[in-house]
Amino acid sequence: MSHGDAPFSVSCLPEPAVTFLGLSPALWQSLGLTAQLAAITTVVLGIVGLPLAHWLNTTRWRAAPLVETLVSLPIVLPPTVIGFYLLIGFSPEHAPGSWWQQVFGAPLAFSFTGLVIASVLYSLPFAVQPFQAALRSVPPEMLDAGSALGAGPVRVWLRVHLPLAWRGIAAGLTLGFAHTLGEFGVVLMIGGSIPGVTRVASIALYDEVQRMDYRQAHTFAATLLIISFLLLLAVTLLQRHRHLTRSV
Amino acid sequence: MQTPRCREKFREGSLGFNFTQFFFASLALGIALRIPSAALAAPAPSASTVSVAAAANLIYVLDALDAAFTRQGDHSVVTIASGASGNLAAQIRNGAPYDVFLSADPVHIRSLIVSGHADEQSFAVFAHGQLVLWTTRPSIRLTEIATAINDTRVNRIAIANPITAPYGAAAKAVLDRLNLWSAAQTRLVFGESIAQTAQFVETGNADIGFVALSLVLAPQLKNKGQWIPVPDELHPPLLQAAVLTERGTKNPAAKRYLAFLRGEEARQILKRFGYLIPE
Repeated sequence: MSHGDAPFSVSCLPEPAVTFLGLSPALWQSLGLTAQLAAITTVVLGIVGLPLAHWLNTTRWRAAPLVETLVSLPIVLPPTVIGFYLLIGFSPEHAPGSWWQQVFGAPLAFSFTGLVIASVLYSLPFAVQPFQAALRSVPPEMLDAGSALGAGPVRVWLRVHLPLAWRGIAAGLTLGFAHTLGEFGVVLMIGGSIPGVTRVASIALYDEVQRMDYRQAHTFAATLLIISFLLLLAVTLLQRHRHLTRSV
Repeated sequence: MQTPRCREKFREGSLGFNFTQFFFASLALGIALRIPSAALAAPAPSASTVSVAAAANLIYVLDALDAAFTRQGDHSVVTIASGASGNLAAQIRNGAPYDVFLSADPVHIRSLIVSGHADEQSFAVFAHGQLVLWTTRPSIRLTEIATAINDTRVNRIAIANPITAPYGAAAKAVLDRLNLWSAAQTRLVFGESIAQTAQFVETGNADIGFVALSLVLAPQLKNKGQWIPVPDELHPPLLQAAVLTERGTKNPAAKRYLAFLRGEEARQILKRFGYLIPE
């Protein structure tokens, strides 16, 4: 047994010298990437989630509770369960990963698109449930009035129903955005920590802690804390206003 | 307008998703579940438990090693926590309750000795790890490292995080040494440990990857895909070193475990998993 005379392999990547507001360019990049991911996810959540919420509210289909439960599942499901299934599903070795690779020529795992898909699945209930509550809160008389004035159901939905429910919808969108910022477990499993592609803020913070750069980690954690606080404050204000105006 | 307002409020309260309620309910549930588990964890761990923090390249060989250790008549229970060596060292420095630390790079042990978290006397290099290039893609024929990296069908190349995982640092050294780093860089994906890196390749999400020989020789992954060895001289040696943590020095079972690792039976098992044994 060799004692103490072992050669050492010290591995260090060059430390970025330029910092802005105390954060390295790599961390700013991850923050920008996260904002981009959250924004795209929020748009998709709006496009998919609003019709879904409306349908769940109005359908008389017997299996609807099953669909509603499926949509809500990510609230309780460990992110690693989603991450595991996505990792298997994204694999080009079998469908749907192989199908995706054939059509688009690039694999889904370790890609930004893959993260968007994962984020939409993962944040869906956080947007759809406020959407459902918001759409329900519009008095049916208002919608009836719209129909009576000759507008079709789609027009009523777009021009009367959605505008009247805007606070709740905004709360749902903000919550979806904020929840995507908080995503970690799923991205850790399917992201591969590629700078500028899948190395989102939560992963960058994790890497920073692992390399024991606590100074950067502190600044970055505080930044994320403030952003999350402000987003949740916005949700709270949107929801409070709704409750207060109603009880008047 | 009064009637619909009352009704809508009722409906929202009973069916709607109230974020504040949900938050406090989960908080209460969390606290409720947390207290009994904290109470259970409070008694000091029995002396016949050896808690091992092991570099991820060792996860499969440790199954065989621990079975042999128990077979020897030691009734100690061995628990394994695995991860990238750098991550485990950081955990130990922050008070993680491990008795033995098995690192894929002695540098992490050195730093723990210097900070007083590990026992210098017990330090020993017990094996040399080997790096391989692995694929599970039937369409890819592995012949040479450079050919594989430059293969246009290779979209994703998995390596472990070079900062925390010694096998990742070795993979980076190989790519640097062969002047392939810039060719590979845009296609690299980083596993959190060498085990996650292997999992990227195993699931086919990465086309090729630099992993530990001990993983592709393990029963779980044997005969999956093909691999070629990476010459040792292309990277710093992957010395597997063991040490007792400060806590482990008070655990006789942990000392027996360390002695076992250096014994003949353990050497035979390590060789079977592709490790070279220092004389």
